Amino acid sequence: MNYLMRRLATFPLVLLGVSILVFVAIRLVPGDSITAMLGTEAGLLTPAQRESLAAYFGIDQPWFVQYWRWIGGILHGNFGISVTYGRPVLDVILERFPLTLELAVLSMIIALAVGMPAGIYAATHSEKPSDLGVRIVAMVGQSTPSFVLGLLIIYTLSAGFGVLPAMGEFAPLWQDPLRNLSQLILPAITLGFAFAASVTRISRSAMLDVLGDDYVRTARSKGASARSVIWRHALPNALIPVVTLSGIEFGYLLGGAVIVEQIYALPGLGRMVLDAILQRDYALVQGAVLFIAFNFMIVNLLVDLAYVALDPRIRLGEQ
Amino acid sequence: MTRHLTRTLLSGIAVAAMLGVAAVSAQSATLHMAWSQDATGLDPHKQTAFSSLRLLELIYEPLVRVDASLRIIPAIAKSWEFSKDGKELTFKLDPKAKFQDGTAVTSADVKASFERILDEKTGAAARANFLSIAGIDTPDAATVVFHLSQPDVPILTAMSDVNAAIVPAAEIKAGSIGTKAVGSGPFKLDKWDPNAKEVLSANKDWAGGATGVDGIEISVLPDEAAILAAMRTKQIDFALLNDPLVATLVPKEASLQLNRVPVLAYHVLQLNPSRKPMTELKVRQAISCAIDRQEVLDTASLGEGKVTGPLTIPALATDPSQLFCYKRDVDKAKKLMAEAGFADGFSATVIGATGEPPTAAAEAQVIQSQLAEIGVKLDIKMMELNVYVDAWLKGDFDMAIALNGGRADPYTMYNRYWTKAGNLQKVANYIDDTLDSQMQQGRAETDPEKRKAIFTAFEKHLAEMSPWIWLYTSYSYTAQQKNIAGFVPTPTGTLFSLSKVTIQQ
Repeated sequence: MNYLMRRLATFPLVLLGVSILVFVAIRLVPGDSITAMLGTEAGLLTPAQRESLAAYFGIDQPWFVQYWRWIGGILHGNFGISVTYGRPVLDVILERFPLTLELAVLSMIIALAVGMPAGIYAATHSEKPSDLGVRIVAMVGQSTPSFVLGLLIIYTLSAGFGVLPAMGEFAPLWQDPLRNLSQLILPAITLGFAFAASVTRISRSAMLDVLGDDYVRTARSKGASARSVIWRHALPNALIPVVTLSGIEFGYLLGGAVIVEQIYALPGLGRMVLDAILQRDYALVQGAVLFIAFNFMIVNLLVDLAYVALDPRIRLGEQ
Repeated sequence: MTRHLTRTLLSGIAVAAMLGVAAVSAQSATLHMAWSQDATGLDPHKQTAFSSLRLLELIYEPLVRVDASLRIIPAIAKSWEFSKDGKELTFKLDPKAKFQDGTAVTSADVKASFERILDEKTGAAARANFLSIAGIDTPDAATVVFHLSQPDVPILTAMSDVNAAIVPAAEIKAGSIGTKAVGSGPFKLDKWDPNAKEVLSANKDWAGGATGVDGIEISVLPDEAAILAAMRTKQIDFALLNDPLVATLVPKEASLQLNRVPVLAYHVLQLNPSRKPMTELKVRQAISCAIDRQEVLDTASLGEGKVTGPLTIPALATDPSQLFCYKRDVDKAKKLMAEAGFADGFSATVIGATGEPPTAAAEAQVIQSQLAEIGVKLDIKMMELNVYVDAWLKGDFDMAIALNGGRADPYTMYNRYWTKAGNLQKVANYIDDTLDSQMQQGRAETDPEKRKAIFTAFEKHLAEMSPWIWLYTSYSYTAQQKNIAGFVPTPTGTLFSLSKVTIQQ
């Protein structure tokens, strides 16, 4: 409990660091909201026109005033207004987040459901042709970029079979679950493929480590069945690296899968941040990055707590 | 378990497939459209992004329009007339013209719209084109008189742009331009979810008559290969394409049709004549002679386009073969370099924007290899669009690969770069008395033949002085299902004719 409190207490500090970093970074990039909107035509503006547009975009004040205003707003629950959407930043983020969360969960389910059994199978058939087969597929999975796989799936389905899940308008899960699933299953497979490959490799090596341990040999010599040795004795200990990997990967996915969202035209968090950066929608970029950082910290905390559940020897926060 | 999972996944794909098919049969008289880049805002006076203009042209109307041959035709104004001295321009408005909130379009709205454009506080993109307006009179509700400080022929073409759209005076007063879209055009904007979709419905009160479809749904599909895939499965009826690589795949699909038309925008290698050694005319001319424009077009853009001189307006353009060094001549280029004292060549950096246009990097690479033959070592620096725009506006480059927008009138198109007072003179970095005076003559000349002669001389001189190396104009592409009828592609890229498009069953 103490540990949990201490970890939670560090959250504001980390978020403050992230807020400074994102605030400065986006402003260090040349170009601003005005050039983003007008492009080269921005050169036609008179100084007075430029000033009035800067005031409209809220970039007319010195940077520390802008930062102070922004942070002050957040403390009151106001993340600012997105100039692209003309709506509060938090509303826009929360509207996009469910899709990203759903996609992350689906890909993780696919990754774990495929990757773990494959890894365990390979470990228990170590150095046999089937192990080699699994390792080759995993290697291919890890090294295939998601845009190649995504485009390949889209191309094969549309050119080969003349079908494709509806693109463009996204149906939220609670409105039309079937349509929602049809839109997310292919992106989830695309993301889950590489994720599953990593899970396969890590669970195979963790399992191999554990299977060589003394306690497993003892269990075997006591006459435990092969199934029981794997599932009851070896697996729980082999899970720790898998949990670590899945946690980190899941945290990344919560930040949005930019490329996959682009290819499948999904209105998720990743695409929103990318568009916001390109359009220099400062408030939206800043708000979204803070939100993503917060999620990442929560996931990290949950991973740490999961260690305790998996291995009673680990006592968090104790030397 | 793995086998079970495979079965589950396959059935998931099957469900997806069925739903995809279901989505097709649901379409009625709504046109499903897609593009890869979305509009960036709704204020017609402030927007310059290509997609924004294309969207706003369907909602708002200017006083006049240009047709596919770039002739001025009526829009909100039924007729117009220049006074004899060219300093008074009178418009008669269409009495049937109505805004989408049901109110009539009156001369007061026209006056308020132009006053808004001219007000520096607005930050209107096209303000520079209307600086000759000295006053606006509204003798009655259907008549507007613009008093000009000097004869200004191109102002009429500038008024055909959606950046000069007429908006309701009441909305200006309420400060709601940009948050609410109330125009007098063929479609009403029902919903805009930025970077995701737009929903438009037909404006039953449109003075131009009934539209061919009940509405248009525009989806933003950022990947153009995915747009093509969605067209194959008939989810999308009509799409805007930028990438020639994707566009050339369209005719391979039996059910799809590709529309292409050379546009006014031009691909150009901008030299910076204020930086050594581009300060030397002979060096610039050597670069012009060393570049094989057709090869740049063939390699970077699969030959999809047309080699062009500075003028891309079909009625005014000179045959490029008549312009200075449009036939590659490496020997001449080497000779010019030697005469300028650069027989051993020099090094320079060329900047380009990633993906804007999609051919930028390829163009830079071809030019790099061509210029290497005369000893010019080019270092290519690709940048994110905004970073590039920033450097471009400051004139902070040796050379720049650019895709610059064209206009239906040469004065409006080039006044910004090649007159001494041009707003983008700092970008062009080149002052030339001849060009300046030719521009001023062209602005005031009302006789079409004389005007053409002025601009032909302007084009010839510009190509010879080679501050920039004009390369080619590409095509604007739209792809459509073959059952879509009535779309007319135009050099300005406008999608206005979607107002009369019909879907054949």
